[in-house]
Amino acid sequence: MKPAPFRYYRAGSLPQALELLNGAAEGGKLLAGGQSLVPLMNLRLARPEALIDLNPIRELSYIRSENGEIAIGALTRHREMEFSALIARELPVLGAVMPQIGHPAIRNRGTLGGSLAHADPAAELPCVLTALDAKLIMVGSSGERVARAEDFFIGTYTTTLSDHEILKEARIPLTEANAGWSFLEFSRRHGDFALAETAVLLFTKDGRASARVVVGGSVDRPLRVRSVETLLENELARNSNSIENLLPEIERLTVSEVQNSEAAREDSEYLRNLTGVLARRAVKEAVDRWSQP
Amino acid sequence: MEPTVSPPGPLKLSLRVNGVSYVGEVEPRKTLADFLREDLGFTGVNLGCEHGVCGACSILLDGAVVRSCILLAVQADGSEIATIEGLAQSERLHPVQQAFLEHHALQCGFCTPGMVMAAIDLLTRVRSPTEPQIREALSGNLCMCTGYTNIVRAVRAAAEETATSPKHE
Repeated sequence: MKPAPFRYYRAGSLPQALELLNGAAEGGKLLAGGQSLVPLMNLRLARPEALIDLNPIRELSYIRSENGEIAIGALTRHREMEFSALIARELPVLGAVMPQIGHPAIRNRGTLGGSLAHADPAAELPCVLTALDAKLIMVGSSGERVARAEDFFIGTYTTTLSDHEILKEARIPLTEANAGWSFLEFSRRHGDFALAETAVLLFTKDGRASARVVVGGSVDRPLRVRSVETLLENELARNSNSIENLLPEIERLTVSEVQNSEAAREDSEYLRNLTGVLARRAVKEAVDRWSQP
Repeated sequence: MEPTVSPPGPLKLSLRVNGVSYVGEVEPRKTLADFLREDLGFTGVNLGCEHGVCGACSILLDGAVVRSCILLAVQADGSEIATIEGLAQSERLHPVQQAFLEHHALQCGFCTPGMVMAAIDLLTRVRSPTEPQIREALSGNLCMCTGYTNIVRAVRAAAEETATSPKHE
């Protein structure tokens, strides 16, 4: 239960971290909150030759409102997001997710960028940031690159982030008024990773009803359930009060999309059905919030 | 904090534990828990799972509860740490310790230091926590004697005690 030896580098700034990553510490791992990496090293499932400690880069820890977006620095700790009045007011679904991540001791260290880059398929933040249509800003030696969250996650513990890039920031667009939202997860014990999770967001965009329904846990990356999104958009556009009647269909469509997705983690009827049930409940909760602002 | 590019071998480290400054050298791979136990002798930092699951090694790092087994000692350079050893003032226990004693909130005692540190993290943020808040704050700390009911009672009692008495410094 002790990490194997490694070389330790402490980065004081983002340019310095990039220099290390492309030089002395090439092939090394970036250390952010360390709440997944260090356990893996203690168990010797990970044996990086070098670590670049990003924690001294405090200028990458911020939550601010800019140009109709909320920008969150990659080294912002979960606890700062949990207690952020800006997030509670502008991104209530994200505020509601934070206390469900691990335990207080985990959230005091864990960072947004670390969770996203680690890309555990059962983690909460990849799922909810995909629902929120976040843009992720990455930097490499040749400059910055932007990816939408739904394109960033490509499989279990796998993202499009290269070994020579650092995730710098997430930018979350503010959705218009009348937003309905829900995040529900099921885990065996409080604070555990989710067996299944669902994030639902309903909002008006350019005068039209929009829906984003994303599931996680039962799939190896956040999966948008497009058939349910379309169904909800059509119903909301008609000002329908009959979404209640559609809930069984929403559950069925979710199960079917998970089953047919190349992202399905394993052929588990239980996980699929659990995801369907959570999607049904989350849609109901989001619609209730939408109609009672 | 000066940026460091480490050669192989130990790194210099200076930190404060329970109000006392320490300067030492540490191999980068040494966890903060091992450094506190082996190099500084704070064996109240109990090691259970050693991979961030059981909470027994919880300490306060700059006032916030963290698991010292999944932090590297080198990461604590320049920080202020509190462990269970620093809570009592001579013979007078910290209110949380006193409440654990009075409410029989420990059996074998292995989880207790971590539980107490997690409870202090809560009580410094929330003066009068509800039972769900207490349970949430302690959810990362496992007790294998199944003593949770009395632990929750003790934290509740400590909250009442600190709310009605002068601040324990």
